[in-house]
Amino acid sequence: MSAPELADVARYVDEVAPLLALPIPPECRGGVVRNLVALLTAGDLLGEFALGEEETAPVFEP
Amino acid sequence: MTASDALGVAAHVHARRVTARETAVQALARIRDRDPHLNCFSAVLEDEALRDATAVDAALAAGRDPGPLAGVPFAVKNLFDVRGLVTLAGSRINAGNTAAARDATVVARLRSAGAVLVGALNMDEYAFGFTTENSHYGPTRNPHDPSRVAGGSSGGSAAAVAGRLVPFTLGSDTNGSIRVPASLCGVYGLKPTYGRLSRAGAGLFGISFDHVGPLAASVRDLAAAYDVMQGPDPTDPVCAGRAVEPCLPVLDEGTNDLRIAVADGHFAARGEPEVFAAVESVAKALGAVRRVTIAENDRARAAATIITASEGASLHMEDLRTRPLDFDPMTRDRFLAGALLPAALYVRAQRFRSWYRAQLREIFREVDVLLAPTTPFPAPRIGQDTITVCGVEVLTRPMLGLYTQPLSFIGLPVVSVPVAGPSPLPVGVQLVAAPWQEAALFRVAAALERDGVIAARIVP
Repeated sequence: MSAPELADVARYVDEVAPLLALPIPPECRGGVVRNLVALLTAGDLLGEFALGEEETAPVFEP
Repeated sequence: MTASDALGVAAHVHARRVTARETAVQALARIRDRDPHLNCFSAVLEDEALRDATAVDAALAAGRDPGPLAGVPFAVKNLFDVRGLVTLAGSRINAGNTAAARDATVVARLRSAGAVLVGALNMDEYAFGFTTENSHYGPTRNPHDPSRVAGGSSGGSAAAVAGRLVPFTLGSDTNGSIRVPASLCGVYGLKPTYGRLSRAGAGLFGISFDHVGPLAASVRDLAAAYDVMQGPDPTDPVCAGRAVEPCLPVLDEGTNDLRIAVADGHFAARGEPEVFAAVESVAKALGAVRRVTIAENDRARAAATIITASEGASLHMEDLRTRPLDFDPMTRDRFLAGALLPAALYVRAQRFRSWYRAQLREIFREVDVLLAPTTPFPAPRIGQDTITVCGVEVLTRPMLGLYTQPLSFIGLPVVSVPVAGPSPLPVGVQLVAAPWQEAALFRVAAALERDGVIAARIVP
C-alpha cells in the first residue's frame, strides 16, 4: 500500500462525514484532513506487516 | 520532614507533632502563593480539605488510626470524579455537567487512608496530549522553567509535586500521560499494569490503554500511595481481581536476583544525548550490561495511535457531532479525524497489539526489568510546535511519546524515575517489567534512590 494522497483523503472526509452525521466545520477541514492522512499512513504501516492468526476477540462474559 | 515527604507528614501527624489541619493550612497557603505562576490547579477545595483534616485530627484524639496517609495533602487530575465537583477532564464542554455524586474508587481509597484532598489539577483536554497546553484553562508551567511545558496530559499532577504544592498526586496514562510529565518535571510516576488499579470514576480516553497511577517525590511515597489504591473493584470491568501486593515492604530487598537489561534499537535512537546518558548512568549503577532489542516499535506506536484516536472519538461522538467548536483546538481536529477511521484499521491495530505482546512475553522470560528513556528530550518551550533532534526537525508534541507509547500499548507496568544530574532541566528513565511485577520496579527504584543515582527535583 502507498501513502494516502491529500486530495483523496479530503474527498473521503467530504463524502463520509455527512453519512456519519458529523458536520466538519470549515475551519477544521484542513486539520481534519491532515490528521486523517497521518492516521491512514499509520494504517499503511500496519498493513505492510504480515500478521499470523492473532485472535483479538474481546473477552465477554454473558 | 519536608512538605514533599508524604510518609514523613503522616508520621508527624500520627505522633501528633503536627496536626492534619495545620498541614492542610500550610498546603493551601503554598497553593495560593505558587499556583498563580504554575497553573496546576483547576479547583482548590479549601473548605473540604480543612473539614477532612479536622476529621483526621479528631480520629487521632479519639484513639482511632486514620490510616497510613493520615493528614497527607494530595490532589488529582481533573478527570477523576470528586464528590461535589464537576469533572472537567480539561474540557469546556464538561463544565456544564452536574457535579460528581461520589468519588472515583482510587480517590475514595486514598481518603479512607487518611489523605486529605486539596484540589483538582489541570490537564490536556480529555487527556489527548503530551504537554498540558490547555486552550480553555491555560498551560501548566514547568516549575523548573516556567517558559516550558510541564508535559502531559497529567501536567498539573507532575508540576504540583515538582513545585512543592502537594507531596503526591494522581494522574492517568494512556500513551505516556503520567510518565512524560514525570520526566519533564523531575518526579516519580507509576503507570501500573493495565487492570491493576480501578478506573471507576475516572474519565476514559482510549479504553484499551487507560491506566491511573500516582506521582510523588520519593519512591516510598509512590509505593505508599500505590499500595493504598490496589485491590479488586467490581465497578470497573477492566480492574483485575488480584489481591493487594504491597510494594512498600519490599523496597529494601535489593536487586541482586533481578535480571536487568537496557532496551536498545528504537529506545536508543532519535533522542538527545542527555537522555541516553541518563539511561547509561542508571544501567551502570545497576551493573546492567545486557542489551535487548524490541522489534517493530514504530508499528506499535502507529497501532496505539489508531486505537486511541478511534476509541477517543467514539467516546465523544455526540459532542463532536453537535458542538465541535467547543472542543479545544489542540484536540478537536484529531478527534474528528479519529471519528472517520475505517473499523478495519482499528481491528488490525488490535491484532498487531497481540503480536507485539507475544514478543515482549518472550523477552520477559529472560529479563526482569528493562531500562529505557522516558522522553527523547527535556521540557520544550510552551507553544513550541517543532523541535530539532539529532539534526532532524520533528513535531514536538507527538514526539514526546516516542518511548512511552509502545509500552502502555500492551499494558506493561512502568515507573519513570528522575535521574540525578547537573543539567538544568530534568529527564526520566523508564523501569519496565512484565505484567503484575510492579514490586520488581519498586525494588530497583529504591536501590537507585538510596545510591543517589535518581532523585526527585522539587523546587525549594
